[in-house]
Amino acid sequence: MRYLPLTEVDRREMLGVIGAKSIDELFRDVPASAVLGGKIAGLPDHQGELEVERAFQAYAAKNLSPGSVPFFIGGGAYRHHVPATVDYMIQRGEFLTSYTPYQPEITQGTLQYLFEFQTQITLLTGMEVANASMYDGSTGTSEAVLMANRVTRRHKALISGGLHPQYRSIIETTAKWEGFKAAVTAVDAGGLEDLIAQVDKETSCVVVQNPSFFGHVRDFTKLAEACHAAGALLIVVVTEVVSLGLLKPPGEMGADIVVCEGQSIGNGLGFGGPYVGLFATRDKYMRQMPGRLVGETVDADGKRGFVLTLSTREQHIRREKATSNICTNAGLCALAFTVHLTLLGEAGFRRLAEINHAKASELADRVSAIPGVKLLNDSFFNEFTVRLPKPAAPVVEALAAKRILGGLPVSRLLPDDPSVENLLLLAATETATEEGMGPLVAALKEVL
Amino acid sequence: MVQSLDRSQGREGGSAGGVAAGPTDTHGTFTGNRALQIEEPLIFEMGQPGRCGVDLPEPPKVKDRFNGLRRSGEVGLPGLSEPQVVQHYTRLSQKNYAIDMGVYPLGSCTMKHNPRINEKVARLPGIGDLHPLQPVSTVQGALELIDRLAHWLKTLTGMPAVAMSPAAGAHGEMCGMMAIAAALEAKGERAQRRIVLAPESAHGTNPATAAALGFTVKPIPANDRGRVDLAALKAALGPDVAAIMLTNPNTCGLFESEIVEISKAVHAVGAYFYCDGANFNAIVGRVRPGDLGVDCMHINLHKTFSTPHGGGGPGAGPVVLSAALAPYAPYPWIVKQGDKWTVAEDGGALKSLGVEGTPLGRLKAFHGQMGMFTRALAYIMSHGADGLKQVAEDAVLSANYVMAALGDTMSPAFEGPCMHEALFDDRFLKGTGVSTLDFAKAMIDEGYHPMTMYFPLVVHGAMLIEPTESVAKEDLDQFIGALRSLTARAKTGTAAEAFKAAPLYSPRRRLDETLAARKPILRWKPSNNPPDDPMKQAAE
Repeated sequence: MRYLPLTEVDRREMLGVIGAKSIDELFRDVPASAVLGGKIAGLPDHQGELEVERAFQAYAAKNLSPGSVPFFIGGGAYRHHVPATVDYMIQRGEFLTSYTPYQPEITQGTLQYLFEFQTQITLLTGMEVANASMYDGSTGTSEAVLMANRVTRRHKALISGGLHPQYRSIIETTAKWEGFKAAVTAVDAGGLEDLIAQVDKETSCVVVQNPSFFGHVRDFTKLAEACHAAGALLIVVVTEVVSLGLLKPPGEMGADIVVCEGQSIGNGLGFGGPYVGLFATRDKYMRQMPGRLVGETVDADGKRGFVLTLSTREQHIRREKATSNICTNAGLCALAFTVHLTLLGEAGFRRLAEINHAKASELADRVSAIPGVKLLNDSFFNEFTVRLPKPAAPVVEALAAKRILGGLPVSRLLPDDPSVENLLLLAATETATEEGMGPLVAALKEVL
Repeated sequence: MVQSLDRSQGREGGSAGGVAAGPTDTHGTFTGNRALQIEEPLIFEMGQPGRCGVDLPEPPKVKDRFNGLRRSGEVGLPGLSEPQVVQHYTRLSQKNYAIDMGVYPLGSCTMKHNPRINEKVARLPGIGDLHPLQPVSTVQGALELIDRLAHWLKTLTGMPAVAMSPAAGAHGEMCGMMAIAAALEAKGERAQRRIVLAPESAHGTNPATAAALGFTVKPIPANDRGRVDLAALKAALGPDVAAIMLTNPNTCGLFESEIVEISKAVHAVGAYFYCDGANFNAIVGRVRPGDLGVDCMHINLHKTFSTPHGGGGPGAGPVVLSAALAPYAPYPWIVKQGDKWTVAEDGGALKSLGVEGTPLGRLKAFHGQMGMFTRALAYIMSHGADGLKQVAEDAVLSANYVMAALGDTMSPAFEGPCMHEALFDDRFLKGTGVSTLDFAKAMIDEGYHPMTMYFPLVVHGAMLIEPTESVAKEDLDQFIGALRSLTARAKTGTAAEAFKAAPLYSPRRRLDETLAARKPILRWKPSNNPPDDPMKQAAE
């Protein structure tokens, strides 16, 4: 077996040093009733690398690769071009095969890039402090609500109808089992909701998304003021982080916690994970944050260095009194994010956002010019909603049959809401081309 | 005198909290570099306006359609060219220890070899680039792949169901404990069963998870053999107990020899048995947790099945479930109907598929950590049933070899045999003035990542060594030799100062963690550096 260095001779010698006659002796604490004779039945034996690779190529061949067809799906995960440098860097063994930097003297590489990452997140969001990442945007949002509950000592979260439906489900699940109230408002496909009137003295936080799941771009400054007047926190969720290259950041609107899905920068679509959650807040709430934090310090020679810090919030120290049970971040995905963002820099990041908006504008104009198709958005970044003259799900299936991945039928995520049955969510990034848009528009005309 | 160009001098401060300064740069360099150890500034100290690491086309001019909500000022990101970016991260990488460099005996973390074929297949077009919300008809291979991994996990654990979506071990714990809460609720017992039992040696995540779900955590003491004290456990069991959370093999690296009695006693009072599967790698292919009476167990794919630790994630924590807990598995459920795979993401979908179930809800967007599933399945297929059994055996053999080879000079915490990790306490350092921390830092100078220190909490000055199956015998022998040499040096009784000065040869010496926590600097600001920056003086 190519991964196992011990030879039969080694094993015999080692057993000799241990003073055991056989390997079975070392497993003698296993109760007799659980001892298996031989290996577990019904599973194949080991295979060579070539055979393994072929098996995965066979799985891949049964899927439709977005890179090979016109592609316009978003809905919380976006197809962007990731520079080759990013994947090369994250595959360096010193990053890939290291672990949580428990020994800072020999993990300054990880610690420094996380410190840089934290800084980048504060700049993007307009916030004061950021952690070293969460599992993803969806789980991070739920952690933000828990944090707001801790900060305000209240137990009612008000959830916008423009929040990604799966993010909403996760908050509801957390609320049910961890014991707080998730007040969920009606689905807001039109971007018309006004949450201010619903903020009361029991509200711990209001959770909104910008741009919303349906693509609307909103200014939440007044909502933030209303939250603060009522003693609640405003949580702003961003699922398309590229939008922050162009749009007013949530920090400037008065957000107290900002959670982003960072997948768009540096991380491929990967069928939904692993992604990287970005989590930022105000300095005054620093010690209530979940997750890992990297801080600057000095070493014994007085040289600048970095360490994991404020760990008295965390489970390995605080156990049942911890701010969260989380003990890892999304280290390697955070590295991909920070390498890509460093390549982009100020100029590249802003231009990338401009290109996304321009492509989406073009797509919106062309699709909404199709008879019977109505654009719902008065504002958007790189994703928008259209109402079709018929249910969207079969339309998307018909497009897929023509090898076009033409958007997300909203009913996929909101199957019980008849009002969204005809809604189609379309996204266009810098990867969209005329060779993709032309066939999409033509095919839509055909199937509608 | 030539001024050093050392740009890394950041915060002012003397020697790090109580750490002896020791011999340092007797021979400074102009750059501050030392051969391959290159000092590296932050990206924010390197950038120049006008530099960029990508070439993007001029965007077509369009009218803004975002309500005039344009970002007013600069984001503040530095501009670097591609070669600068490559050099920056390459230099940073060289400040890290990693599995690829040698023995990484971090107990409880299972730092085993990460095969590169796993990376390759995870990136195949048609796998790595799939959108999670593509029409289900276009991702049949992906769903089949997830189901294939699920089949392996169920078969290896002897459990009937698995929830694939949890993003990490701790997330899996949350999933499993929510499933238990859901089962109790269905029986009308959730209000009455408020207590979760956890051994004192448990991972901190166990009590943190239980407390988050509103349970009261009651610690169970260990006996002098490092196992759960069965009598104390039985005394704590009652109609108010919801579950026990137990790691097996436990965090002392020992198999809970009375586990069958434990699970029987737990079930006898109507409670559930949550097994923390962090150490499944010690028994995979040899013992099925389902045969031990486990109700649910998370599996850290990054431990047992070698998905890369990546500097602290991403992980993946699927949870295997007993028949009693299976109906509560969270969305999504992957279901095969005829020859078609489908994804049930809500109650209506389950119903229309004719599948019984009352899921506890949703824990994560989309379908779980697919990239980790792919890597884990590649690892599993490469090993096969025969190889996985050998993995467990070699991991246990290596740990026992370390224990035997060091047992006469270091102090094993418990009598053997151990499972996949060897636990020592600090009795052998008594009177030497050398602490577990000092000993660990001295290992760094010998070219090793230290073992896990001060965990589990039940052992004084714990040192938990997990060699894994990936280390060749000659490398194990060198590692053992290094520890024997350090032990001998410590025991001279005159080496405490040298130990406290360690490490000397790493990219940084001991860091002042107290300063970091007392005055947190969690981001770069223009005023942070360099120390002679007039902006900083203005800020102070």
